[in-house]
Amino acid sequence: MTKVSITVDGVLHESEVEPRTLLVHYLREQVGKVGTVVGCDTSSCGACTILLDGRSAKSCSVLAVQADGSSVTTIEGLAGDEWHPVQAAFKECHGLQCGYCTPGMVLSAVDLLSENPNPSEAEIREGLEGNLCRCTGYHNIVKSVALAAQTMKGGKK
Amino acid sequence: MIPSKFDYVRPKSVDEAVAALKAGGEDSKVIAGGQSMLPLLRLRLAAPSVLVDCARIDEMKGIKDNGDSVTIGAASTHWDVMNSDIVKTHVKLLADATATVADPQIRHRGTFGGALAHGDPAGDLPAVVLALDATLEIAGSKGRRQVAAKDFFLDYFTTAVGPDEILVSITIPKLGKGWGTCYEKFNRSANGWAVVGVAAAVKVDGGKITEARIALTNCAAIPVRASSVESALKGVAVSASEIEKASQSAADGTRATSDLAADKEYREHLMRVITARAVSCAAGV
Repeated sequence: MTKVSITVDGVLHESEVEPRTLLVHYLREQVGKVGTVVGCDTSSCGACTILLDGRSAKSCSVLAVQADGSSVTTIEGLAGDEWHPVQAAFKECHGLQCGYCTPGMVLSAVDLLSENPNPSEAEIREGLEGNLCRCTGYHNIVKSVALAAQTMKGGKK
Repeated sequence: MIPSKFDYVRPKSVDEAVAALKAGGEDSKVIAGGQSMLPLLRLRLAAPSVLVDCARIDEMKGIKDNGDSVTIGAASTHWDVMNSDIVKTHVKLLADATATVADPQIRHRGTFGGALAHGDPAGDLPAVVLALDATLEIAGSKGRRQVAAKDFFLDYFTTAVGPDEILVSITIPKLGKGWGTCYEKFNRSANGWAVVGVAAAVKVDGGKITEARIALTNCAAIPVRASSVESALKGVAVSASEIEKASQSAADGTRATSDLAADKEYREHLMRVITARAVSCAAGV
């Protein structure tokens, strides 16, 4: 077992993990952040996307030991008292169908907007290339991100 | 899927990492970003006894301008590389090709050195370092050595990096005045692997191409230079039709395989078409 200190959604967790523990399993099973889901388990679908030190990463493709000393934001830590503007925009534009890809989509969108606060439709589609929606509901997802970009202008990034 | 058991060490220096690899024996493996390693571990295609994490070794990070060349630490992420002003200004071909690697999440974690040392024939960056005549620094228990890009890639997933060695940095000469570059990639989905990719650097003087360097992705077990196209382009006028003519020999010397994405004949056709596109783009046509 290896000791790791990882800040998850603002709370520091000191834990013992097997080196082979994937970050997504650590988050779900040791920290209880089941909002982060396992989708394809082959680095393709992006459902398990989290922010690792502020940048999007696929938590099925990171070992928990690699995240030692880092800060993780999951979908559960995104909202404050109110929903994050990206979450609100997904609700407003019906940016989800079955909802399984949503945690990853939302966090990828947050990452995209932090980098490019005013993306074109093409840039939104490209920025989300690491996330798959098996319902193929991309149209409303793109609309949601565009709306979030508008509502976030001049406000929280 | 859950990887099989392994030990994990995170050395602070290259020397410590080399010692850890040696102590771990032949089943020890280097990990940095882990974006190639994690899929292999999960599918249990790799079952190392020890993983030596080089992601936090200072010497293996950072991007340095040496005047006539640029040195990039092997553990620099794709994100670091494509957003580096030094790379964007002096090695634009690398910045452009890196921006096409996988997707944002993987570019945030995956490393330049990792992508090279992994030696995947469909990876985009091996062709770039081959086209730009880069030099790779490898550290091992017997010291350091410099390997030219043309001698670095040996076979499918096999490079000059030995079992107890580590790729430390990559030095890429600057091209200078009159050169244009382009990475052209043909793939079937947004974040798919290259069916064929072409890294082109072309020098233009007085409306004519005076020198060309072209390397192909996924056209053999290792990246290959399209030498006959390079020769055919010398002295050619910068025009789409002349470039297309000179690109007809792009498949010479390649060993294309057939797979689900393309059979050999189609892949060879793509080499000619994508080479012409990459050269035209690099020459500003």
